[in-house]
Amino acid sequence: MITLIARPAPSRFWAWATPVLAVLATMIAGGVLFAILGKDPLEAIRVIFWDPLFGANAGYFRGQLFIKAGPLILIAAGLAVGFRAGIWNIGAEGQYIVGALCGASVALAAYPAQSVLIFPAMVLAGALGGWAWGMIPALLKTRFGASEILVSLMLVYVAQNLLAWAAFGPLKNPQGFGFPGSRNLQQYPSAHNIELIAGSGIHWGVMAGFAALIGTYVLMNRHIAGFRIQVAGDAPKAARFAGVAPARLVAFCLGLSGALAGLAGMFEVAGPSGQITDSFGAGYGFTAIIVAFLGRLNPVGILLAGLLMALTYIGGDMAQLMLQLPAAAIQVFQGMLLFFLLGFDLLTNYTVKWGWARA
Amino acid sequence: MSVTEPLLRVEGLSKAYPGVTANDTVSLEIAPGQVHALLGENGAGKSTLVKMIYGLVRPDSGAMVLNGQGYAPVDPHGARAAGVAMVFQHFSLFEALNVAENVALGMENPPPLRQLSARIRAVSDAYGLPLDPSRIVGDLSAGERQRVEIIRCLLQEPRLLIMDEPTSVLTPQEVEILFATLRQLAAEGTAILYISHKLEEIRSLCDHATILRSGRVVANCDPRERTAHELAELMVGAELRLTDRAGRVSGEVLLEVVGLNMAPASAFGPSLKSVSFELCRGEVLGIGGVAGNGQEDLLATLSGERPSGEGTVVLKGEDVSGLGPNPRRARGLLAAPEERLGHAAAPDMSLTENAVLTGTMRRPLTRHGFIDWRAARAFAAEIIAAYDVRTPGPQVAARALSGGNLQKFVIGREVLQAPEVLVVNQPTWGVDAAAAAAIRQALLDLAAGGAGVIVISQDLDELLEISDRFAALNEGRLSPPRPTASLTLQEIGLSLGGAHGMKPAEGVA
Repeated sequence: MITLIARPAPSRFWAWATPVLAVLATMIAGGVLFAILGKDPLEAIRVIFWDPLFGANAGYFRGQLFIKAGPLILIAAGLAVGFRAGIWNIGAEGQYIVGALCGASVALAAYPAQSVLIFPAMVLAGALGGWAWGMIPALLKTRFGASEILVSLMLVYVAQNLLAWAAFGPLKNPQGFGFPGSRNLQQYPSAHNIELIAGSGIHWGVMAGFAALIGTYVLMNRHIAGFRIQVAGDAPKAARFAGVAPARLVAFCLGLSGALAGLAGMFEVAGPSGQITDSFGAGYGFTAIIVAFLGRLNPVGILLAGLLMALTYIGGDMAQLMLQLPAAAIQVFQGMLLFFLLGFDLLTNYTVKWGWARA
Repeated sequence: MSVTEPLLRVEGLSKAYPGVTANDTVSLEIAPGQVHALLGENGAGKSTLVKMIYGLVRPDSGAMVLNGQGYAPVDPHGARAAGVAMVFQHFSLFEALNVAENVALGMENPPPLRQLSARIRAVSDAYGLPLDPSRIVGDLSAGERQRVEIIRCLLQEPRLLIMDEPTSVLTPQEVEILFATLRQLAAEGTAILYISHKLEEIRSLCDHATILRSGRVVANCDPRERTAHELAELMVGAELRLTDRAGRVSGEVLLEVVGLNMAPASAFGPSLKSVSFELCRGEVLGIGGVAGNGQEDLLATLSGERPSGEGTVVLKGEDVSGLGPNPRRARGLLAAPEERLGHAAAPDMSLTENAVLTGTMRRPLTRHGFIDWRAARAFAAEIIAAYDVRTPGPQVAARALSGGNLQKFVIGREVLQAPEVLVVNQPTWGVDAAAAAAIRQALLDLAAGGAGVIVISQDLDELLEISDRFAALNEGRLSPPRPTASLTLQEIGLSLGGAHGMKPAEGVA
């Protein structure tokens, strides 16, 4: 018999130990999964976690790490602020797509003109697009009390259809021989989100991710606005007493996380992806939720968690290639990580006692 | 205490919880027909002791003898079967059911409802407890609900009736009715174990008192032979400082509330109905009334959490009705809500963070919106030192503090911001006597310094002690404030309402 005893205060040690424990448990459970699929579990774990960093072709993969981690960190930084306030934006994927569409539209409208103003205009358009998409659930919540969880999530599917429509319709490359998808922005110097340090994978989006981490750290730990966001999440009534207007808080959090997700989408379409296609949304918006929680909604944690999740993306691709693991296996893997994390989080608030409870 | 064989003898009961000894070899004797007071501060171990007698908690060691036989109830069923009944401070009644149905639900073998109704009527007549068995409990006043609980106990014909803080929700008139009933029961030979911290009550009702402090019996006495002050000192174990209300002069009007109407915040709350009053510089205005009559709404409208209609709240000639809490703080209007954890303070946040919660408008804790954590820690430390908050330091989470200590912190946080108007709701609720005295003194000192203070409280003794003028809030209506000096407890009770059309027990045997 297991007895759970509530801790007087959440354990700081376990708050940081549970992510590590969750990663280990995921490796074990993942290994079992791979064994059932008939693969050597140790080799699979090695291919996913070790080879991209230290294997034969690590030089190439290490660059990929930041390319994948950049959007995850940028989105997760914004989500974490809202999550701290108890405002659950589950639709970052949609805001990411709309940001990309807006950024790409500005570039394609200006094409083929060359100007240093085009890229900043795209950045602005991307952020605004994501912000606007995030403000839809915010308005519905403050006006009608609609759950931002459901509305933001459903807007992801709206955004995906919008994406498909744009890729086959207005944004389609007129010189693309009828293939779906826009012009490739990598071949449009004024719009291209270039790699800043050759081979590092660091582009403007990754820099924006770092900036977002620093910015949200300062906001949450040093500024009165961040303090009030934190209070709103911990004790809503105390927050109102402290002068927090709930409607403004909802708008701020959904707007901020939407804008950052939109930025991530814009940097992606102008850089690593290059073009709007119907398969542009790669699930970064959803994975970023895992990153935010795995990183304990804390900037340093989000940086590490973002890199770890990027690793599972790259390692997963390799495992698919080298071990013929199904593509879904890596999604199961990521899902398990969140599952174990939330499960082990129990240890942060409770101590576990083995044996019968005594009155 | 007399030649009669005791009904209940408690011998050396001990009960320890992790980290605290709730009862340490507690012994006492209760004679048949005795009204025995159990007196002590919060946390002195009164509840643990009666829970052991009522079979809710099992003692670690010690024994009990009831009627000459060993008594060790394993659960409340056992206790009831042995003739021990208890009326809890918080009622366990279903609001949607009527009185008879509620009584039936609490009985082991309820008779048919019609028969039960007749018995309820008989008992309520016999003991002067007016109660109609067919009324829906949701429509009853707190005093009437308590009668349901008492009648439920009396139907079992108990030999020992335990009453836990029974008067905390009653008006003075309802208290009189209750006391008449209890005296009648005692005269018939029922022993009553009466838990309270209201000393005057105990002096008028009880013939024996056992005083607990930190889990131990520190004194046994006849409360009628002691003064309330002596009893309080026995309870606290230290000399009590009396509040000093000298040195206050009323000045010009600081705050005006004019025709304030407010819809209730929750479905069951009353709405505020044309509430009007004035508060002057140097004045303490006491607002009495049983909780749930609009107190929370009144505080929320004054603090700015709920904006009210134009022109209803006027501070120093400026209409602040539409302003939120922070602009009001900037203008000198501060508040301390009733609920400490979750409203006045964020439970999981440190005391430093909780100092920032309301302190940024009047203390230089921020620069261009950035928090100066060093200044915030210093402010928290200042509160802790000035108000004797018992805690290891400002880094401790609010929820780790005891209720009284957190309340001292909350009141201290607002008082140290030098408000011009301070509104507090139930400032000493659940706070031990020494801390309560300190809080009251802080409020009086604030008024003496020229601020206006509004104290919303259920505790009439407290309001009489510190307020210059008194008004009652009942079902959302505020009676016109009157000078406290000219009021009697009786008049106050009548203004609180809830006791209309009731007479104290007649036919006392």
